[in-house]
Amino acid sequence: MLKAVGAIFAAVAALLLIVAPASQATTPAPTPSPSSTSFQNSISGFLRGDDRAPLAGVTITAKGNDFTGTAKSGANGSWNIGVPTQGTYEVELDVKTLPEGIKLAEGQENPRKVTFSQTSNLSVIFAFGKGIVVQQQDFGQNLINRLVAGLSFGLLLALASVGLSLIFGTTGLTNFAHGEMVTLGAVLVFAFNAMSLPFWLSIILALLGGGLFGYVQDAGLWKPLRRRGTGLVPMMIVSIGLALAVRYVIQFYFGGATQQLPFAQSAEIQIGPVSISPNNLWSLLISVVVIAALGVVLLKTRLGKATRAVADNPALAAASGIDVDGVIRIVWVTGGMLASLGGILWAYYRPGVTFDMGSQILLLIFAGVTLGGLGTVWGALFGSIIVGIFVELTTVFGLAADLKYVGALFIMIVVLLFRPQGILGRRERVG
Amino acid sequence: MDFGFILSSAAGELFSPTTAAYALAALGLAVHFGYSGLLNFGQAGFMAVGAYGFAVSTLTFHVPFFVGLLIAVVCSAIFALLLGIPTLRLRADYLAIVTIAAAEIVRYIVTTNQLTSLTGSANGLAAFEGDFYAMNPFPEGSYLGMNNRDFFIRVVGWGLVIVCCALVWLLMRSPWGRVLKGIREDENAVRSLGKNVYSYKMQALVIGGVLGALAGMVFTLPRGAVQPANYGTELTFFLYTCLLLGGLGTVLGPVIGAMIFWVVLSLTQGVLYGLIESGAVTWLNTVQAGQLRYILVGVALMLLMVFRPQGVFGNKKELAFA
Repeated sequence: MLKAVGAIFAAVAALLLIVAPASQATTPAPTPSPSSTSFQNSISGFLRGDDRAPLAGVTITAKGNDFTGTAKSGANGSWNIGVPTQGTYEVELDVKTLPEGIKLAEGQENPRKVTFSQTSNLSVIFAFGKGIVVQQQDFGQNLINRLVAGLSFGLLLALASVGLSLIFGTTGLTNFAHGEMVTLGAVLVFAFNAMSLPFWLSIILALLGGGLFGYVQDAGLWKPLRRRGTGLVPMMIVSIGLALAVRYVIQFYFGGATQQLPFAQSAEIQIGPVSISPNNLWSLLISVVVIAALGVVLLKTRLGKATRAVADNPALAAASGIDVDGVIRIVWVTGGMLASLGGILWAYYRPGVTFDMGSQILLLIFAGVTLGGLGTVWGALFGSIIVGIFVELTTVFGLAADLKYVGALFIMIVVLLFRPQGILGRRERVG
Repeated sequence: MDFGFILSSAAGELFSPTTAAYALAALGLAVHFGYSGLLNFGQAGFMAVGAYGFAVSTLTFHVPFFVGLLIAVVCSAIFALLLGIPTLRLRADYLAIVTIAAAEIVRYIVTTNQLTSLTGSANGLAAFEGDFYAMNPFPEGSYLGMNNRDFFIRVVGWGLVIVCCALVWLLMRSPWGRVLKGIREDENAVRSLGKNVYSYKMQALVIGGVLGALAGMVFTLPRGAVQPANYGTELTFFLYTCLLLGGLGTVLGPVIGAMIFWVVLSLTQGVLYGLIESGAVTWLNTVQAGQLRYILVGVALMLLMVFRPQGVFGNKKELAFA
């Protein structure tokens, strides 16, 4: 038993050793803008005409919190006003000092109120010229865009939560280490890519790595524990220990910084009424194809039938000649690969790779699984899509962006209050 | 390597205010999980409610210390009620997921920019401990090598731990406690005896939650600041490690567990930093040494659960799970 537990850590460590070069690859910090004052906080910006030419010698004043500061834009159009405290200021551009023929664009508020948020620098943009109209996001447009983005997010959550749900259905384990399986996929792609392997090969290797992690977890840890007859609650706590250990192993090699996968930046494209980034579109298509394929396997093949039989009643499945351990092994490998794929897509959705990116969405994955009904695959799919869309839509309806996960978690609690078996779950599953 | 310094700083952790806070919060978990079988994964949320309840009422409403304390305790009791109503009828794993989600909701709410004027968002709140130190009866001077402030917070923190331990001990050997243990062993058997299981569970949830809120205050007072990043899910998991180290269904277990947890963390940090500075270890930097310690915490939690689920002092018959 001790050997087995040791083996799993050795395997995880070996898998992650490859990530070591990752910590050396750091992105250069952006050059700080020159500060002309001794104050810690500053309001700054660049003044450029609609032909991108810098506007020099324009006076800008910031007033507020019993303080008034003035600055003149430099030769490159930059201006910077140091202010003693963060807070709300009124910034005014003196129109009289503008060069001839240059006017503020229509709809540009002047003077305007600006407020610091968290950072010590606040940038203010003034747009010039005739043709520029400040675009006001159309509500309907915004709604459709967020709906599609939410669908894309929900489907990538579904990749992870279907695996979690399958594992729960066949073994009864609520796996808190699933978030780390998500992280692993993205981190492995980054690591393989940093070793200058081709992009497609990195993705394939990362998916295999995720499957291997699932296999090693089952063979080295969960199978021996099942053999011992360990209860579900102790197994849940073991999975928390595993989650902590793996999370910090990843941080150990990967570091605390955010890294980007290749092609992470992309301009939005317009398809009909929807504007979406190509990455999100790919993510959506890949998730749909993979989930559809999984559905076909589960519904049509012998293996799928065996899996559903084990999920329904392991003892009966074993009695009718199904290799229960074999099925569970396959479920773990599949779950690991699905989680890895979800992690890669999540790295593009955020965008960015960090050591704790998986644990950030672990609760959303749980929310998806419990919303749909613990242990049912279609429930997990359905619940995750609801969570994904809900998270994106709440921002359209005025919830602050930093609270968008709260809505999804809150909905989960409310659903459990009225329908504890979940939307698609069966009543008998709840004790 | 200066072993004297490493040992003395490890010994300092034995009675540090943070250890007292962990001990109190883990004692609350012992009431929840060890005695009642309630799998509360949201203890960090209770601590956050306690810390913020106190800090906000002191800074925004300028109430005296003891009123702030009362508000914090009442807030955590309300939080427990809100959590308990939908979840106490559900199975253990549902309770776990809902409590961890509720704790995260609390953390998101105190982090949001929308409430910056009230909670200070990600920067948190500071300078609310003045009333507390104003009550310091110890004149300035050196007490066991500490100044009077550090000594006062230790006396208060550990005094609170002792009082709470005694209370929990008395509660658990009362008829009320025996019903609670009965619920842990077999809920239906207790129900068939005519006891209101739901109400007993709710009382246990409130008591453990109030202990968590007190822990949040003891945690935050010596720092003089409360920040949302300190109250993530990891805090709850560390508390579970403390609880499992000491023993689930025991009163002193969580306290000893918290002491072991912090002493071991301090020792490993001291030894690892010493090895790095002396050049004996070159494959590790000091940041990674910090992470290595938390890898060890995770591994320890797994090994404990697998090989000695009853902890150091626990009794295998008293486990909350079969």
